[in-house]
Order: sequence, then C-alpha cells, then structure tokens
Amino acid sequence: MKRLATKLGFYASVFVLVSPAVLVFLWMISLSLKNELDNTAFPPVFIPDPPTLKNYVDVFAQNNFGLYLWNSILVTGGAVLVGLLVGVPAGYGIARGKATKFAILILIARMTPALSYLIPLFLLFQITGLVGTITALVITHLVITIPIIVWIMIGYFENVPMELEDAARIDGATTWQAFRHVALPLALPGVTIGGILAFIFSWNNFIFSVVLGGKNSRTLPSAVYNSLTFEQISWGPLAAAALLVTLPVLLVTVLAQRQIVAGLSAGGLKDG
Amino acid sequence: MTISTSMPAAVPRPPSVAFQHSADFTPRYWLFSLPAVLIIAGVIVFPWLFTLYMSTQDWKIGGGPEFVGLQNFAELFRDARFIESMGHTAYFTILAVVLPIVFGTAAALVFHREFPLRGLLRTVFVMPMMATPVAVALVWTMMFHPQLGVLNYLLSTVGIGPQNWVYDPGTVIPTLILVEVWHWTPLVMLIVLGGLAGLPKEPYESALIDGANNWHMFRHITLPLVWPFIMVAIVIRTIDALKAFDTIFVITQGGPGTASETLNIFLYLQAFQFYKIGYASAVVVIFFVMIIMLSLLLLYARQKSKWNA
Repeated sequence: MKRLATKLGFYASVFVLVSPAVLVFLWMISLSLKNELDNTAFPPVFIPDPPTLKNYVDVFAQNNFGLYLWNSILVTGGAVLVGLLVGVPAGYGIARGKATKFAILILIARMTPALSYLIPLFLLFQITGLVGTITALVITHLVITIPIIVWIMIGYFENVPMELEDAARIDGATTWQAFRHVALPLALPGVTIGGILAFIFSWNNFIFSVVLGGKNSRTLPSAVYNSLTFEQISWGPLAAAALLVTLPVLLVTVLAQRQIVAGLSAGGLKDG
Repeated sequence: MTISTSMPAAVPRPPSVAFQHSADFTPRYWLFSLPAVLIIAGVIVFPWLFTLYMSTQDWKIGGGPEFVGLQNFAELFRDARFIESMGHTAYFTILAVVLPIVFGTAAALVFHREFPLRGLLRTVFVMPMMATPVAVALVWTMMFHPQLGVLNYLLSTVGIGPQNWVYDPGTVIPTLILVEVWHWTPLVMLIVLGGLAGLPKEPYESALIDGANNWHMFRHITLPLVWPFIMVAIVIRTIDALKAFDTIFVITQGGPGTASETLNIFLYLQAFQFYKIGYASAVVVIFFVMIIMLSLLLLYARQKSKWNA
C-alpha cells in the first residue's frame, strides 16, 4: 500500500513538472486553430470546434511570411555554415595548441549579452552602408555561431587521443592531413552538436534583426514581433505565426534531443 | 607545415611524448585558428574596444563624438532611472536564479530515476528552453490578458480573483519571473542531471544499511556530491538572468512606466530610442565587467565540478 502511494506520488510529481511546458504549447496550438470569435471568448474555448487553418493561411497570405522565412533561412544558414567552416578548425587549433587564453576569450564572448555588440556593429554597418541588408545580419550572427561552435569543438578535440595523430604524422601525414583524416572524423559528433546548437541560437535570435534588419531583410522573430506592434492584435494569426517561427527549432529538439543534451552538458548552454 | 620542419633534429625521446608536451609544436596550430581569429577580432573584439572608446565620448547618433572622460559613468550613477533599473535587475536576477535552481534540481532528481516514457517526457520538459523566446513571449502575453487571458480564467476556477499580471507595476516583475522560470528551469535540470549521472553507488548502499531515509541520503550524500554542478548552474543562471532581454522586451518593453525596466532594457532604450550611444556604451562597460567576473567564477566552478568542456 505504502509503495503504491510512493509510486503515485512520483508520477504526480512527473505530471506537475511536465504540465507547464505541455499546457503553454497546447494553448499556442489551440489559439492558432480557432477563429477570432472563439479566441476572444470568455470563458476561453479550449478545444477548437471546428478547428480552422484559416490563421495559417492568413499568415502566409498577408504578412510576407514567406519572405521573412527565407531571410531567416539565409541568415541562420549562412552564419552556421561560416561558423562551422571557421570554428571547427579553430577548435582543433585551440585544443591542440593549448591556447587557454584564447579559449577564455571565447567563453567571455559566449557570455557577453548580444545587445552589447549592437552599438558598434550598427555604426560599422551604417558607415559601410550595410544596415538593412542580409549580409549585415549574417555577419552579426557570427557573434552567436562562432563562439558556440569553437567552444564545443575544443571539448571534442581534447577527447580525441593525440596518439592517433602522432601515428599518422610518423607515417608522413602533414598536420592538416592529421586533422582532416584522423581528428575530424573522430570529432564529427561535436560538429553535429555544434551545428545544431548554433542553428537553434541563431534562429531564435531576436534583437539583431530588430536593430539591423530592414523592412525586407528582417528575420522571422522580429517580423512576428513587428506584426504585433503595427497591426491590430488578432490572436489567431499571431499564435499561428509564433508556432511556425518556433516549429523548426522544436522539431530539431525532438529529433536530436540526445545530441542536444550531450552538447549542453559539454558547455553549449544558451546564448542571447 | 610538415613533420620534418616541426620535429626537432634530436629525437631520442619517444615521439608521442615530444608531440604532446613540447611547446615548439604549438605555432603550427595557430593557422587552424587564424580565420576564426580574424573574424572574432572583427565582430567581437573590435566591438568591445570600440565600446570602451565610445563610453568616454559624449556621442549621439547623427552628431560627432566629443571626449568627456569618465563623465558618462558619473552621470549614470546620478541617473535615477539607471539606479532604478539596477534595482529591477537585482530583484529579477535573484528570483530568476533561485527558483529555477530549486525546481531544476528537484526535476533532475525525478528524471534521474527510471520510469516509463522518461526519454519522451524529458524532451517535452526541455522544449521551453529551446523554443524561440519571442514566440513564447507572444503566447504568454495573450495568456496574461486581464480580461480575456486564460490564466485569469484558470485562477477563477479555483476561486482566485483576476490578476493584472504585467499590467500592474507591483506584479510585473514577478510575472516576468514566472516566464523566466518556465523558460530556463530545464537548463538547470540538464546540468544537475549531468552531475547525478556521475554519482558513485557505494555511499547510498552503506547509507541504506545504516537505515537512512531518502531525505537523509539527499541531504548528506546527493547534495554535497552534486553541489559543484549546482554551483555551475547558479553562475550560468546568474549570467543569463542578467542578460534577459527578449521576453521582457516583447511582453512589457520595460513597462508599465519603467516598472520592469532592467539594465538591458535601459541600455537598449538609451542606445536605440534616445540614440545616446556614448551613454549607452558606458552601461555596456559596466555590464561587461560584471559578466567577466561571473565568467571567471564560472571557469572556477566548472573546474571544481571537473566538468570537461
């Protein structure tokens, strides 16, 4: 009897832990599938009846959503790609060269608020005429992607045993070849994790696009925010848009949850 | 760079020792970091230094810079709005650290046990911290609506009267903390869970033999052993709470009035609403000093937890 009670208590605590997350996301889905009348009803209508996809259609039809989606893909894609190309070798160089001070610099860069880079970069882009361009946003998002990728790669390369590369070099491989054909394949899980986390943090970034994005170059998060401030608030389309913005990230989280957990405990953590 | 140029002429030692410990091998690794160094110099270190320069200038966008020394800093500490925002930040940070640490540690203890659907439920639990902050902030805004919001309806079903949530200066910061706790408790859970995974079994076995109950084992075995991980979580939470911007900005923009204006919001408004970039840069410098001190604390805490990263 007592064991049953303990067990029930345990499941109750699991339920309590998980329900805030579940409820908020379910409410988001519910809002996005209801018509405006039901969304502003009080007491609230919980289950859409009948569910409608009109909000989603409206989002794409009225708000240039397609353009902003494409901007987000370009900015995040570009920043993650450059981040990987540059950050993976750098992680290797730091790990093997034992460049501790550079590693600390990377850590501080990861911890510095994104907001604090904005004033100088804004001035820089103003001088170079890049304010409001996708290029400016890609460059700025490197502030997010490079430190996270380098930081994770340092950890992974440090765990690749040096002996293997030594053996390759004794066989006549250059340092580059030892990196490319010995260390890199072994640290590939780190590349995946670094890429995934860089994607999530860059995709979620809001403030860079608010300040540096132009009317036609802003990314999804700031575009959705702007639709909140400049139009009459209608909850259905807004919830639908919010859900669409965060959907890619949530899908990646579900699909790659094991890698994400591993990456976060390897020092990924959040950015902002 | 090939092996012949980098290996010393005399090689009586075993090669692996030479590769691992000799300092003359480091230069050839610099090239790997060079592209990253150049970009980091441009988009990270240049902004830092330029911010330092700007903080000594009286500079508004549109006008030119004029050197004023430390006057921006002196002015900041006389600025009631800045002092007030420091207070909001302290209030927000303390609760946004303590609550996720307590809930996250409890959640880690739960998810450390084996139970059906654990993997799936853990993923669900972690989802808030991955979700786009702006998107969830919009949904929370709708839930906080005083007349039509679902939260006031839920409260009414248990007999609690309607709250004004973010529309009342008295409740706005606790309400924002609610969002922050929802958002970031999973991160604490993951960090502490990592610590729990590495715990030895023996102390628990002998404690059981000595007749210890669950609370005793948690208090005297688990807690001391995972404490270094909790320390790491505390430092990271502190940094993140100081940086909190997106959700506050979307939900309240610092309002009502200035009731939820934290340091970060103050900084944003000074720079991009009032265009006082010299003044705002001084705020960044103060911020930066705090972040560096916390980062060093994090390095120290991480070393203590032997957290390999």
